[in-house]
Amino acid sequence: MAESSTISGNRGLQVEEKLIFELDNPGALAVDLPEPGPIDLDRMGGVARRASTGLPDLSEPQVVRHYTRLSQKNYGIDTGFYPLGSCTMKHNPRLAEKMARLPGLADLHPLQPQKTVQGALEVIDTLAGWLKDLTGMPAVAMSPAAGAHGEWCGLMAIRAAHEDKGEGNRRRILVPESAHGTNPASAAMCGFTVDPIPAKANGRVDLDALKAKLGPDIAGLMLTNPNTCGLFESEIIEIAAAVHGAGGYFYCDGANFNAIVGRVRVADLGIDAMHINLHKTFATPHGGGGPGAGPTVLSAALARFAPVPYVAHGPGGLELVEGGRGGAKPFGRVKGFHGQFGVFIRALAYIMSMGADGLRQASSDAVLNANYLQASLGDVLTASFDGPCMHEALFDDRFLKDSGVTTLDFAKALIDEGYHPMTMYFPLVVHGALLMEPTESESKDTLDQFIAVVRGLAARAKAGGADEFKAAPRLTPRRRLDETLAARTPVLRWKAAVG
Amino acid sequence: MRYLPLTEADRRAMLAAIGAKDVDELFHDVPPSARLAGPLDLPRHQGEMEVERAFARMAGNTLSAGSAPFFIGAGVYRHHIPAAVDQLLLRGEFLTAYTPYQPEVSQGTLQALFEFQSQVAMITGMDVANASMYDGATACAEAAAMACRVTRRNRVVLSGSLHPHYVETTETALRYTEMVAEALSPDAIAMEDLIGRVDEATACVIVQNPGFFGGVRDLRPLAAACHEVGALLVVMVAEPTSLGLFESPGAMGADIVVAEGQSLGMGMNFGGPGLGLFATRDKYVRQMPGRLAGQTVDVDGRRGWVLTLSTREQHIRREKATSNICTNSGLCALAFSMHLTMLGGSGLARLAELNHANAVRLERKLAAVKGIRMLSQSYYNEFAVHLGDDAKAAEVVDRLADRGILAGVPASRFWPSWPELAPVLILAATETNTEDDMDRLVAGLKEVL
Repeated sequence: MAESSTISGNRGLQVEEKLIFELDNPGALAVDLPEPGPIDLDRMGGVARRASTGLPDLSEPQVVRHYTRLSQKNYGIDTGFYPLGSCTMKHNPRLAEKMARLPGLADLHPLQPQKTVQGALEVIDTLAGWLKDLTGMPAVAMSPAAGAHGEWCGLMAIRAAHEDKGEGNRRRILVPESAHGTNPASAAMCGFTVDPIPAKANGRVDLDALKAKLGPDIAGLMLTNPNTCGLFESEIIEIAAAVHGAGGYFYCDGANFNAIVGRVRVADLGIDAMHINLHKTFATPHGGGGPGAGPTVLSAALARFAPVPYVAHGPGGLELVEGGRGGAKPFGRVKGFHGQFGVFIRALAYIMSMGADGLRQASSDAVLNANYLQASLGDVLTASFDGPCMHEALFDDRFLKDSGVTTLDFAKALIDEGYHPMTMYFPLVVHGALLMEPTESESKDTLDQFIAVVRGLAARAKAGGADEFKAAPRLTPRRRLDETLAARTPVLRWKAAVG
Repeated sequence: MRYLPLTEADRRAMLAAIGAKDVDELFHDVPPSARLAGPLDLPRHQGEMEVERAFARMAGNTLSAGSAPFFIGAGVYRHHIPAAVDQLLLRGEFLTAYTPYQPEVSQGTLQALFEFQSQVAMITGMDVANASMYDGATACAEAAAMACRVTRRNRVVLSGSLHPHYVETTETALRYTEMVAEALSPDAIAMEDLIGRVDEATACVIVQNPGFFGGVRDLRPLAAACHEVGALLVVMVAEPTSLGLFESPGAMGADIVVAEGQSLGMGMNFGGPGLGLFATRDKYVRQMPGRLAGQTVDVDGRRGWVLTLSTREQHIRREKATSNICTNSGLCALAFSMHLTMLGGSGLARLAELNHANAVRLERKLAAVKGIRMLSQSYYNEFAVHLGDDAKAAEVVDRLADRGILAGVPASRFWPSWPELAPVLILAATETNTEDDMDRLVAGLKEVL
């Protein structure tokens, strides 16, 4: 137990940091603003603010130190290995950050006259071109803001297509039990009912069970491929044919696209719509929870239902189309303005850096790294499925049987060893899941060290070290936190002490 | 390739350890008909210099706001961002972290989110705020759905003061549900009767303040009318710096406040990413969408933070969740919070005063241009003008752009088939506008009108 024996409570580089409200230094300021000219009370609608906001005052050095200290309590990919399954935590190139800050792109307003933003429209159009080419799909809706938003966008296009054919009664959508929670949630927001489909013992969709669920009320299928167990759906072409045969459309959750970029075009699999997480596959930073971007590629059957806006080639240059045009029947608009432009710049900088050859090499390396983990840990952990995996290796908790150590304990012990844990307890179809996604960004040396640590921890767990695991982590700024207390007595904001 | 650490020797050794002949063998589950034999026929990898050159060319093919007198607002505002904000955002521990699922190694993000939620609650005058939505438009749509859950009603009234993108996004989100959006006509002179639209079937009224055309109004009578019939008042704030000068929506009776947070910390970025702010009353918190950071203690009794109340969310509740949102706008929330921390209470008030004062100055200067008529009776940093019965604002803006002036947003950009809106121009002034900018705009308008 690493008791702190210092007077301050700090431990070297681990410095305790108060909330900004507790650092309030009334009269200090961190921004020098000019003297305002006259305001006009007659123009204020009779609602000038009376009470102060109560926000604290700090100087610039205090603010810089505050956020620097907070940052030191965080683990990022820059810090170390981050094998968080299904999240594709790959390196975020700094060239992309530099390009996103070019004033000719960053300092643009979305409503400027279009002739003054041709370069920005070219960024969108060029990225759209790459996404279409890499998937083989004829169209892409660029505006969805994240993966779940892209799912919803694709399902809205499916719903609109059915309505257009007078088949609005197709409301049932098939979703595997192993799906991300966003899948059923997105389906519900389109007015669909979710019908779960089971998996076979080999971790893939049970095609016969799927066929048995098809019928005239089927809107479509939502399937992640490679799936959430890290496996390629080997019968995917038959699955697509069955869904199409029943009059449904095939939505693919593209969260795991990183495994197959440049090796498979999803158009060749019979997919009608798939979102692409630019913040996973195309290396834009997660930023502690966003912003992401979820452009959604669409098949010829769905293309004309794509939401506004979109970029088109016109006689005078690129045009941003903000209303329906020609035969288009956009299902609507999914967010303000023209999509996650700042994320587009970063993704395009990455794609141009990698090129067609680099992208194929990246997916190959991602799959190689995952299989190397699986092969090197297979004798001490318990792999959930036989055979090679794709970009992530899935283990269950059978190896911890009777040890008293849970998947959670194991993950927390990894934190003390200097790693961000793998994804735990997902997918739900595997007991005590440990899902490891190394990505292509890791060297063999990093993987070898990680393998040695995991093997060591597994040996300790089996040797009866449960108490040690239960106490982990011990070396972090905070140890295990009481989530029950947080939910039972929610404290969701700071409040000034009364009196 | 600079982002790929594996060497050919590594790859050979790893394949040997796996027992595979080559990488292709690892892809044996892919149906043979769908396997690509080699790289697609697209450009090959490039070094930083080549990529920079390509982006410099595209960036050179724009007229950026900083190189022109600039008066565009309409949902995205150009403010000065303190240098420290962007420098701090680039710290890799913030930039390259995932959603804080492992609280022991995410206390930085979690504490920052707790501070962000507190700041948003304080400036909006509400009890509680979430950890962000995608942008103002999607936050607006989520507010409509939440109001329907809370009231168990399904009729949503959208004021003509709302940004048309918020209206379109909300209508789209409700399209295939049991909820119904009733959008009022664009309200350029802030005269619409909202109180007359509220009845026992109304789930909520969503009103923007300051409105899309600039007008600021006292929302207390509307709040009272809503509450009398059990409806909620949802207030949208497209320009959160206005909260430094105007009464908060919470103080005027709002039940849900949603906002576009782009104004603080983020720059314009051609409109994305944005930052959706979402705040409400304590009693509705379990119907709220999105993530929440909450305070707790660790096993040693020390204060810390975790994500909490997640039984509302999709990873637990699946199709019964309050929303499908997962990834939100974390880094944008951090930028917003940093900027607001730097401003502090007095700085936010000063900034808001500067914005209003610059708009007052702009209004006075425009009075010298023959034919221009003010439409907004009240405003913060943005107002609508009528350029004369025969004038087409889109053409005026276009001709001023040829002179290197970015003059505002013609209402016809959003309502191309409304002839009465063709002469309407919406102009914004912020602290970034100089007197010289305004003089050049006025001179330009005199030339083209």
